[in-house]
Formats: sequence, structure tokens, C-alpha cells
Amino acid sequence: MSLKPEDVRDIAHLARLHIEASALDQYVSDLTSILALVEQMNQIDSRGVEPLANPLDATQRLRVDEVTEADRRDHFQQHAPDIEQGFYRVPKVIE
Amino acid sequence: MAQTVADISRGLAAGEFSSTEVTQDYLARIEQHNPALNCFISVTRELALEQAAAADSARSKGEAEGLTGVPLAHKDLWCTDGVLTSCGSHILDNFIAPYDATVIERFKNAGAVMLGKTNMDEFAMGSSNENSYFGNVANPWDQSRVPGGSSGGSAAAVAAGLTPAATGTDTGGSIRQPAAFCGVTGIKPTYGRVSRYGMIAYGSSLDQGGPFAHNAQDCALLLQTMAGFDPRDSTSADLAVPDFSAGFDQGVAGLKIGMPKEYFAEGLDDQIATVIQAAADELRGLGAEIVQISLPNTHLSIPVYYVIAMAECSSNLSRMDGVRFGHRCADPRDLEDLYKRTRGEGFGAEVKRRILIGTFALSAGYYDAYYLKAQQVRRMIKDDFQQAFKSVDFILGPTTPEVAFAQGAKADDPVSMYLQDIYTISLNLAGLPGMTVPAGFVDGLPVGMQLIGNYFDEARLLATAHTFQQATDWHLREPQL
Repeated sequence: MSLKPEDVRDIAHLARLHIEASALDQYVSDLTSILALVEQMNQIDSRGVEPLANPLDATQRLRVDEVTEADRRDHFQQHAPDIEQGFYRVPKVIE
Repeated sequence: MAQTVADISRGLAAGEFSSTEVTQDYLARIEQHNPALNCFISVTRELALEQAAAADSARSKGEAEGLTGVPLAHKDLWCTDGVLTSCGSHILDNFIAPYDATVIERFKNAGAVMLGKTNMDEFAMGSSNENSYFGNVANPWDQSRVPGGSSGGSAAAVAAGLTPAATGTDTGGSIRQPAAFCGVTGIKPTYGRVSRYGMIAYGSSLDQGGPFAHNAQDCALLLQTMAGFDPRDSTSADLAVPDFSAGFDQGVAGLKIGMPKEYFAEGLDDQIATVIQAAADELRGLGAEIVQISLPNTHLSIPVYYVIAMAECSSNLSRMDGVRFGHRCADPRDLEDLYKRTRGEGFGAEVKRRILIGTFALSAGYYDAYYLKAQQVRRMIKDDFQQAFKSVDFILGPTTPEVAFAQGAKADDPVSMYLQDIYTISLNLAGLPGMTVPAGFVDGLPVGMQLIGNYFDEARLLATAHTFQQATDWHLREPQL
């Protein structure tokens, strides 16, 4: 399928990704050609084939629901962009 | 002549030199050649010398094992405690990892020395290392050409003798393709063989770590330390790890090796086809039986891969949001602005393209047509291999359709870049192990032969590569720097 600039803007919003207005046309053209490549898979009839999510058909291994990690909050927050009293600070969400 | 890991390990054990001496030698070579080659994002000189001194001290107390004191380099997407882990991206160019990946921890426990972190395509997305925020890597065989990608820094560093061996990761060919372009040996193990814990995720159902080295023997030594069950990676294979070097004297007599006719069709450089045919003849001369096979859905592997890898990356990279670590944009107006500008500034163009395609493929109304369809065809590709392995032990073909191309040659055309991965990508889709072995030259540039094995058959795969390397000297050739 062929994408339009407003499609790319919508997808970029879903991905929370800012795209410069000046670069938009290039993305429209690149993404359209990638989709044309991808759509070659429609050449083959795959009806009835069970989708493969894990290459070894493995199912998720479960573990006992118990705490195994120590609290290392201060260590992990050392390189955070903005913290206050152990919390990550972001712009106000609710007025 | 370049030193192998086995040479260094022997020399250390025999007391011919210390780890501090050999580490200093490599650091000096890095200092001399890295400015032109740009293989390293970080050189961890002080840490390396500390680790080397610790290794020497352990050895003096009789506590050394095979890799103790051996210098190595690691792709900059393995988390390394206290050391910059950038993944080749602006968004992580201030990210000091707060813990070690399992692979890094295993090398530390074995006493290996870390020389530094190697350059790579941003978030492992690329086939030329031209998508790194930290600049291109030059191919040591011809510095105007690309080293391949995404683990281009690791491959070029081994080829140039800046490290005896290195680690990389392979989601669609990112170990095998750069190893082929740089004339070194590399193996992508079976999915699940090497822990992905602390390996920054790109496509989680495809990603797998592995080593680069001068030969199959060194690859076996590194993989021995890297492989094994890890409860911290829920997709890690809970299987015993065999001795990867145990079968090295078994030879290839009686082995049946299949050459897929689809790998020698349109798109393959004629001269590479000749080199690979000669390599197959060499194996036949050593006693293997070579037969033609068919992998009929090979041409669909690139379309399928780019749906699955992009869908998975769009989800995995959502964690790069400017809140908990990494780059954050200046003066965000609100939370949405913070996310969007942080990511818009932090990611390069190729990463953005892949996030956008992946987001589209997973979005309401398109999921069945793209993602589900791709997963169905993925099974058909896996089934082709399983059919083939009913009658052959290994599959042999070229690793890449052409030799290392010029920097800039494909940089403006994402689709032509994606076609570089035609022979490597299907193994990741199927989860199979594969390796590349130097097999000859075209116009002075290295050519890699790819050997593909069945699930968890790395030991026989490495032994077969070793047998080939005992009979050939392509892996001993070195670039003039």
C-alpha cells in the first residue's frame, strides 16, 4: 500500500516519535518502498498455517512468584535525567 | 602473524608473557589504528589494565583458567556495569549501564580482560555500520569500504588485530555478514543458546549473541564461556552445553552437506559463486558428500523478517522514553512532548523507519495482514529447513551476495541495504545456528562461506569449520594496515 503524509504523521504519533516536517516526504517515500518489499510475502498462500512466534515453538517458562532482586533504586537512578526523593520527575500530567 | 585466543592462552599458561603485557600490546595497537578504523566507541584502558593485573595475580596463585588474562572486546550493546553502553545511539550516549549482561559476567568470572566496547549500527539496525551515532567503521581490507553490520566494529577490530576476538549479536546476520566482509570467523548459535539478559533488545524472537575470532577453534573457546542456561532470560535454552572443541579431530568424512539451489540464483555475484563452489569442492575432497537441496521460500525471508523485526523493535524501543535513563530533550512542554522530542532527537533515521513500520504493522486493522501473515510464512521457512535437515547434516552457501561495498553506496536506499541479508536472515527466522568461515577473495576482498546446522548442533558445525580451516589458509590472511 502507498502511504500518505497524514498516515506517517498518525503512525509517528502512535510511536510517540517527533518527525521534522521537512523530513516527512522522505519518510513517506522510504516507508512506502519498504511496504512494497514486505508485501511480496502475499505471493504465497499461507491459509491454515499456524503462526510461529518463537522459533523453537517454546512456551514461556514460568517461575515462582517471589522476590529475587534486591532493592537497588538509588543505584539505578544515578543516571536518570531528573529525579526527586527517589521518584522520576516528568512534566505535570494532571493539573 | 595475528595472535589467536588459543595462542595467548597457551603463552600465558607457559609464562611467556603476562596478561598485563599482552593487554598493553593490544591497547597500543588500538591507539595506533583506531583513529582511522573507528572500531571502538569506548576504550576501557584503565579497567583493562586492572583486570589484567588481577588475572596475573590469579595466575600466580594457580587460579587461572583458559580465558584468564585474555583480552577481548565487546559490542556496545552488552550492558557493562559502570561503563558507557550506547548501542551506537545518541539516545543512550550517556547511559552508564548499572549491571552486567550475563555474557559479560561470564567473561569476568573466567578472568578475561575487556579492552573496550565496539562500534555498531544504532540498536543493531543496519548492514554497513553507517547507522552509528559514533561514525562509520572502515573495513581494514579497504578503508573506503564498509565493514558490514551491525557488529561492524567487532569484526573490523578482530580483522585488524586490535583484539584477538570479540563478541557480537546477530538478529538478521549481524555477526555473519560483517565477519564475512572482514575475513574473520563468526558464529550465530541456536536461538536460546546464549543468554540475552543485559543484551539490549532489538528483535527478541530473533536476537542471539556469539563470538568473532580468527578461526573456529577460538570461536569454540569463546562460545564455551558464553553459552548456557540463564534463569534471567526466559527464552534461554535449558540444555546442557557440550564441549564445543571435543569433536575437532573427527573430520568431515561421511557428512552430507546440502547446497540450496536458491542461494546460487539471481542476485549472487558470479565470482562469489565460484569461490563458494571451490570451498564446497574442498570439503568434498576431505570426504564430505555434497548434494543439491531446495529451500523454496528463501525469497520470502526478507519480507517476513522486516515485518517481524520491525514489529518487535517498535515494542522493545518504547522503553527509550527519556524518563528513567538516557537522553532527555530540553524544556519539555508536557509528557507527550517529552516522549516525542526525546525520541525524535535521540534516534537516527534508520531506527525511526523501523519503529514506524513496526508500529504500522502492529496497528489496529493491519495486524492480520502484516504481523500474523509474516508469522505464518515464518513457519513455512522453518519447515523448509526441517525438511532439508531430514536428508543432510549441514547446509552450505555464500554468507553475502557481494563483497564489502563502498561507504555511501547503499546509504540512501534502505531496501537495497536490506537485500544484503538474503542468505543470513532465514536462520534467525528459523532459530538455527550458522557460521561464516573465510573461503577466498574477490578483487582483494574477503568472501565468507556460510555453514548452517540443525538446532543446537554448534559443536559439529564448529568441528566442520575447523576441518576446513586445517586444509585452507584463507583465515590466516591479514589486511595491510
